[in-house]
Amino acid sequence: MIEFQGVVKKFRRNEVLKGIDLDIARGHRVALVGSNGAGKTTLIRCLLGEYTYDGRVTIDSLEPRANRQAVLSKVGFVPQLPPPLKMPVGQLIRFAATVCDTDPERMIDVATKLGLDIGRFMKQPFVKLSGGQKQKLLIAVALGRDSELLVLDEPAANLDPEARHIFFGLLAEKKHQAAMIISSHRLDEVVALVNRVVEMDQGKIVLDDRVADLVEMASKLKCRVGLIRKEDAFAKTIREWGFVGSDGDRTWQGEIAGPDRLRFLGVLSRYAALLANIQLSETGE
Amino acid sequence: MRYLWLTALTDIVESLRARWFLIYTLVFGGLVVVLFAYGLAESRIMGFTGLSRLLLTYIQLAMAILPVFVLITTVRSVAGDREAGVFEYLLSLPIPLSAWFWGKIFGRFFVVFMPVFLALVGATIWGLIKGGEIPWDLLIYYSALLMALAWCFLGIGMLISTLARSSDVAQGAAFVVWLTLLLFLDLILLGVLIQEHLPAETAVMIALINPMQVFRTATMMLFDPQLVLLGPSAYVILDTFGQAGYITYALIYPIVVGVICASVGYFLFRRSDLP
Repeated sequence: MIEFQGVVKKFRRNEVLKGIDLDIARGHRVALVGSNGAGKTTLIRCLLGEYTYDGRVTIDSLEPRANRQAVLSKVGFVPQLPPPLKMPVGQLIRFAATVCDTDPERMIDVATKLGLDIGRFMKQPFVKLSGGQKQKLLIAVALGRDSELLVLDEPAANLDPEARHIFFGLLAEKKHQAAMIISSHRLDEVVALVNRVVEMDQGKIVLDDRVADLVEMASKLKCRVGLIRKEDAFAKTIREWGFVGSDGDRTWQGEIAGPDRLRFLGVLSRYAALLANIQLSETGE
Repeated sequence: MRYLWLTALTDIVESLRARWFLIYTLVFGGLVVVLFAYGLAESRIMGFTGLSRLLLTYIQLAMAILPVFVLITTVRSVAGDREAGVFEYLLSLPIPLSAWFWGKIFGRFFVVFMPVFLALVGATIWGLIKGGEIPWDLLIYYSALLMALAWCFLGIGMLISTLARSSDVAQGAAFVVWLTLLLFLDLILLGVLIQEHLPAETAVMIALINPMQVFRTATMMLFDPQLVLLGPSAYVILDTFGQAGYITYALIYPIVVGVICASVGYFLFRRSDLP
């Protein structure tokens, strides 16, 4: 579906992409990882037809710059940093829905599923929304249409655990008919969402590997955490995951999204000395 | 066309919420209020009375303020939007680049011209309420001149925004362009004329290339048809164009400059990195 052939991108004398060759097929969910300055954002911008480059980039045999409308109508994009748009939320949805030739209600539905009450924010400037609200709205714009390629740059970074679970469920609905490129500078943030990892370093692909696709994206895990004693800092953190305390806040129970397990264990690892026991089990949902 | 008007509308909505627009509107609205407050509409100086006098003063002030406002706000918001990631996101949507670029220009034109025009209309209505006589010919002519001037500097602003990769560079370049044109109104032009013993035709040609000078001369022409205020160069202008010819030139030339600059800007925009 997507082909990069010998793609080179230079900014004056600085060569940011050094001959990238990469094929991505439908159904591939690619984690594009690498440190800052590795070339991830530049690669994505070449794919979106926003940068000029040497070499060849095609999506379904079409070059994105020369066939903007045909190519970009298939692409849903969520940037890492939300743009500081002053236009009201309603205007942004109308604008995006019109140019993408879709029904704005589809975008509103996705936003509602993610827990964003669009009705309240329709007249509010986009830039005035919180980080999480902006992220939800941009995800809604990307998923509320018939996209065949999703390009997501740190998409879940600002989402609360419940919204992350719903977001993973929405991605699961698209996983067979769409390709996904999920960019992150940390592999553990996205590894459970993908079936392929591409790592970039200094403008080159240094790793291209398939990973076990065993985690069901829409799954949930029941979790019980026991502590050796009550700890306020831990309580504050775990409440943000929607957990409920009992036994004098020494036992905590809740649910986490399947693809979030590594992230969740990463959070727990910060309190390793406090942990008495951990139980994780599939809910079968 | 649908995408073009959609982009224009989006740009208008964005601009109406921006702080620069508020200041811009207050400046032009405030100008008219100040001119009324100082009794310019009731003055009787040099044969010009009432509303005509006020419109004349307003247009001279607009000539000084409008170009720099249009240039700075255009380059600041367009180059600033690119820096802030607005282009990266909105241009990831399937919108044609032509519709995006020209839609932005048309939207921006509406936003920069409307406050200036509405201030002019407001002054006229206020004058009418006060029992003054409406100088319709002046009103229509000055509106058209302002429109041409705004379009011209909008085109220049869009070209600078395309060429400059950061909003700081774009603002600096815009300021230099404005200052150069301003200095060539009189100061440098006269200096060069005297020092280099330039023929009058060359000096007039330089003046005719400068859209700000073209605007200035055209506004003079309506109350000073022989361009006595302009001195000997008036002979060259009037001999070459005639009064009607110059008025036509003053309306068309800035629009042509604006279209050329915007077209070059669009050509470069299409061929370069977008965000």
